[in-house]
Amino acid sequence: MHAFEISHPATDRRHPRWRAWLLLAPMLVWLVAFVVVPTAILFVYSFCERDEMGRVIFSFTLENYQRVFDPIYLRVFIRSIAYAGVVTAICVVVGFPVAYCIARAREEWRQKLLLLVMVPFWTSFLIRTYAWITILKQEGLLNDLIKLLPFSVAPFDLLYTPTAVIIGLVYTYLPFMILPIFGSAEKLDIAMIEAAHDLGAGPLRVFSSVVIPLTMPGIAAGVLLVFVPAIGMFAITDLMGGARVPMIGNVIQNQFLQARDWPFGAALGMVFMGMFALTYWILLRMRRSEAIT
Amino acid sequence: MSASVEVRGVTKRYGNVTAVDNVSLTIAAGEFLTLLGPSGCGKTTLLRLIAGFETPDAGSLLIGGVDITNRPPYHRPVNQVFQSYALFPHLTVGENVAFGLRMQKMPEREISQRVAESLTLVSLTDFANRHPHQLSGGQRQRVALARALAPRPQVLLLDEPLSALDAKLRRTMQLELKRLQRQLGVTFVFVTHDQEEALTMSDRIAVVNHGRIEQLGSATTIYHQPGSAFVADFLGQANLLKATVVERDLLGCVSNVRLTAGMELRLSATGVPATASQVLLSIRPEKVLVSKSRPDAENVFSAVVEEEVFQGATDYLVLAGEGGLRLNALLANESAINESIVRGDKVWFALHADDLVVVETG
Repeated sequence: MHAFEISHPATDRRHPRWRAWLLLAPMLVWLVAFVVVPTAILFVYSFCERDEMGRVIFSFTLENYQRVFDPIYLRVFIRSIAYAGVVTAICVVVGFPVAYCIARAREEWRQKLLLLVMVPFWTSFLIRTYAWITILKQEGLLNDLIKLLPFSVAPFDLLYTPTAVIIGLVYTYLPFMILPIFGSAEKLDIAMIEAAHDLGAGPLRVFSSVVIPLTMPGIAAGVLLVFVPAIGMFAITDLMGGARVPMIGNVIQNQFLQARDWPFGAALGMVFMGMFALTYWILLRMRRSEAIT
Repeated sequence: MSASVEVRGVTKRYGNVTAVDNVSLTIAAGEFLTLLGPSGCGKTTLLRLIAGFETPDAGSLLIGGVDITNRPPYHRPVNQVFQSYALFPHLTVGENVAFGLRMQKMPEREISQRVAESLTLVSLTDFANRHPHQLSGGQRQRVALARALAPRPQVLLLDEPLSALDAKLRRTMQLELKRLQRQLGVTFVFVTHDQEEALTMSDRIAVVNHGRIEQLGSATTIYHQPGSAFVADFLGQANLLKATVVERDLLGCVSNVRLTAGMELRLSATGVPATASQVLLSIRPEKVLVSKSRPDAENVFSAVVEEEVFQGATDYLVLAGEGGLRLNALLANESAINESIVRGDKVWFALHADDLVVVETG
């Protein structure tokens, strides 16, 4: 019974531990330099004060955090979450059919269609945003086209409205929704859909009880990839919203660049990050308990 | 017995490939019918047409006397066991089995009762709360079966359901499927390329080739009286011999033919064509009677054993006869101390007139 050797993990360590660390080193250096250190600096700043010149004075105060919970900023927080929520919802509704159709397209078409989704990334984000401005402005492309209609329609005044902000955000983040859903939909076995049909499920039931649950990992990843950056986005709200509807991203940016109140900006950033960490942790917990039952 | 499935002149084309070519087939209620054929012969397409995953280009389909040609799969009283099982990974075994019942809007209490019944049927009573990924291949296969049977379909379609199982498990499942079918009295339409599977389980076998049914009949009929060279060769092994008719009696019952190798054989097969026409004969390897001493029988010839392979229960021989004749023979290994035939032995072989089947004329 003891004919075969049982290798002991402690004696079988042919590669010393430091080699593993060496392999990980580039990534660790990257993480420390660009994630840990900046976050730590922000964390320290968020408890500091500033002088009239905007310089950070190292002391300890909780005043910055108290200011975060001022109703003005809370309203901005809630507005940001609401905008990001609407944008995410639109991205799911628009992105899902696109991703699903690409995944179900013929093999030779799939790569080409996917390329079309990614083509916008080849142009600078700012240029694409200015393109939208030319489309949406009062004498822009959209209103020029409307003038061509045989019946008269009042020209749209879309630019610098909340609608423009949402259009801009949806446009920017849609690919981040399409790609992960495509990944899930491509793996969906067509036999699953046939089996559901075979067992008496009509198209709607197949969609709700088979297609949606089986592409859920992709949808969840897409939601995370769209929702999180959409909350913090400031460039689009500035350019297309005319800074009329400030979001949390704009407020933080203002504290650092215009108001030169770094400690308060840092506190806003820390709260913002804490919120994400908490939501993510709750989502993770829910997933795990789902997997166990 | 009443007809359960009627396929009337059904044709299905993909581009310029005709997958199913004007097939007509009537399957009786409670019958175990197997569609047997090589891959790409159209058997799976025929099954998918019955399930409703494909629509025919011509012809019509009836189930229980009702025309269902234009009905979608979710409005047909048939259920399928898929080759890949297609179990829903996000649902438990119990929920998988309940899926079809939920679609029928059955009351919850009845559902749980029926799920328990169905799982008992396939001996998986304690697995209701597991997920498919926690099961072995054989267990998944049973769940797929329970799920398809739970809504009590008129017809159960099985698309090579055993092909992913190992040989031993496959044998057990063959017998179990047959038992289930007898017990439930449901019509089974089983698709396979495995002739042994077909012979073991079927009431009738439809041998499919190039989108057509080459022969339809019971396992024994198809095995012993293959209607074509393809059937003879596909179902089991066959020695196919070309011959010319030398003479035949008025009824065409007794005749003599001359093999291309030169020997003359007496046949008792019916349907032998006129003198001088060409025929193709088939004889099963196990019907070639081999012995070291000359047997007292008709159609006896001598040969040399060219190859001898021990196969456990049987001995497989390749015989080289006169005029370049090659024959495969299968000998039962009745006892270990039997006088054994080895390579190079000079032997006699007899081809019994009743065992020679005419599979092609022309």
